[in-house]
Amino acid sequence: MSLLDKITEKILQKIDGEGFRQEGAFNLRHNGIALCHGDSEHIKIKKKEDQQGIDIFIDGQTKGEQVHIPVVVDASGMQDVVYNDFYVAEGAEVTIVAGCGIHNSGCNESRHDGIHSFHVGKGANVRYEEKHYGEGEGSGAKVLNPVTKIYLEEDAVFTLDTVQIKGVDSTVRETDVEMGRNSKLYVVEKLMTHDNQSAESNMEVKMNGEGSSAQIISRSVAKGKSKQIFHPKAVGNAGCHAHVQCDSIIMDHAQVSSIPEVNARHLDAAIIHEAAIGRINDEQLVKLRTLGMTEEEAEGVIIENFLN
Amino acid sequence: MLEVKNLTFKVNENGIERSIVKNISFHVEDGEMLVITGPNGGGKSTLAKVLMGIEEADEGQIILDGEDVTSYDINHRANAGIGFAFQQPPRFKGMTVIRLLSLAAGRELKEPECCGLLSRVGLCAQEYVRREVDGTLSGGEMKRLEIATVLAKPHKLCIFDEPEAGIDLWSFSMLIQEFEKIHSKKAESLILISHQERIIRMADRIMVIENGTIKAAGPRDEILPTLLKDEGACSCMNRE
Repeated sequence: MSLLDKITEKILQKIDGEGFRQEGAFNLRHNGIALCHGDSEHIKIKKKEDQQGIDIFIDGQTKGEQVHIPVVVDASGMQDVVYNDFYVAEGAEVTIVAGCGIHNSGCNESRHDGIHSFHVGKGANVRYEEKHYGEGEGSGAKVLNPVTKIYLEEDAVFTLDTVQIKGVDSTVRETDVEMGRNSKLYVVEKLMTHDNQSAESNMEVKMNGEGSSAQIISRSVAKGKSKQIFHPKAVGNAGCHAHVQCDSIIMDHAQVSSIPEVNARHLDAAIIHEAAIGRINDEQLVKLRTLGMTEEEAEGVIIENFLN
Repeated sequence: MLEVKNLTFKVNENGIERSIVKNISFHVEDGEMLVITGPNGGGKSTLAKVLMGIEEADEGQIILDGEDVTSYDINHRANAGIGFAFQQPPRFKGMTVIRLLSLAAGRELKEPECCGLLSRVGLCAQEYVRREVDGTLSGGEMKRLEIATVLAKPHKLCIFDEPEAGIDLWSFSMLIQEFEKIHSKKAESLILISHQERIIRMADRIMVIENGTIKAAGPRDEILPTLLKDEGACSCMNRE
C-alpha cells in the first residue's frame, strides 16, 4: 500500500465521496503518474502502451462493484492529459468513481484534461461519478477540461453524475453520447462558480436506437463575476424520449447562458427542454428567515439544497 | 403575552401614501387563541406580516413577553419565539421534506420524528419524508407541510395565515383537531387568520379587521353572534 501525503488525502476526501481505499479495483493518478493501482477478480486495469492513461476492463460477472480512479494534481504548473478507456461487458453492473482535485500553491497554471471513453455492452448498467475541486493559496489557475464519450449498446443504462464543487478557475466540459436500442441515459450535472471563474458545458446526446431515452438535469449556481455557458443538444434519430432541464441561480455580477438545442429527425422522437435562470427567490429567503436564519445562512441553505 | 400598540403600516403607490394597517392596538394573552377575520383586502395578512417582521411597521410597538421586538428583523423575531405559517408557502427545489422540517426544528430530525410531525397535519409520513419540496407537491400538501414547519418546535406565539386555504375537507378536520390540541395545552399563544366558521368558533377572542382598522373585537361569544347575524361583517366568513 502506498503512503499518501496530507494534501493528497485531503483532496481525495473532497473528490471521492465513497471514500478512496487501496482495495479492489483502483488507480490513483498523482501529478501525471499512476501512484498506485489494483485489480479485482472482475475488473482489470492496464496501463496504455502508446499514450498516458489506462484501459479498464469490466467483465460481465461484475455485480455492484466499485472502481475508483481519482486524479490529484498538486505540482504547480503541471499540465496533465490522460486518456482512460472503459470497456464494460454485457450484463455488468458497476459504479465508477472518478474525480479530479487540483492543489495549486504556486503562480503557474495547473491543468488536467481527462479524456474518457465508455464502451458499454448490452444490458450493462454503469454509474459514473465525477467530482472536480480546486484549492491552494497560489495565484496560478486551476483548470479542468474533461471530455467524456459514451457508447451505449442495446438495453444499456448509464448514469452520469458530475459535480464541480468549487475552486476551479476554468473548465470546458465536452460530453458526447451515442445511444443504442432501448438504452437509457441519466445525467445530473451540478456546478458552482465564483469570483472570476468560467465554466462551459457542451453536451450532445444522439438517440440512435428505437426506444432509447435520456434525462438530463443540470443545476448551477453562479456567484461573483463568474460566467457559465450550457449547450445541451439532444438529437432524436429514432423513436425516443428525452427531457433536458437546466436550472441556474445567478448572483452578484455573474453571467449564465443556456443554449438548448433540440433536434428531432424522426416522427416519434419526443424531446422536451426546460431552462430557467433566476436569482434566489425572495419568498424562499423570507421563509427560512422565519425559521430563525440570517439572510446569509438562508442563502447558503438554498444553494446547498439546490445543488444537492 | 403579545401587546400591539398603535400599529400602522403604509405603502407608497405611485407617489400616494396609503395606510394598509391603521393605528391598530390589541393583545393576545398567554395560551390564548385569537382569530382575525374580515373581508379580503382588509389588511389581515399584512398585519400578520408586520407582526413577523416581514413588513416593517411605520408606527407603533410590538411587545412579546415584555420584550419590545418592534425593531427586530425576521430572524430575530423568530428566535424571540414567533412562528409563522404562510398563506402561500414557497417551494424549494432540491430540498427534501425531512431537511425542511429539520431546519424548522433547529436540529436534525430523525425519520420517526419527522413522520410524527407529518402525521399531525394529515400527511402519510413515509411517503413524504424523502420527497422534494418542489412542484411535485400539490398546493394542499405544501400548505400542510407549511403548518408542520411551525409545529416543529415550541414557540411563544404562532401565527397561521389562512391555514384552511387549499386544504381538502378531511385534512381540514384533522387540522382543526390539531389546533384544538395545541390550544388545550395553553403553552403557545395562537393567532389564526381565517374565514372559516369552524376555526372562528375555536377562538377565545375574535377580531374583525376591515379597511385596515379593527371593526369589532371581543370574546367569541360576544362577536360570533354579531358575525353570524350581520351580513356586512360576516360576508367574509365561509360556513361548511
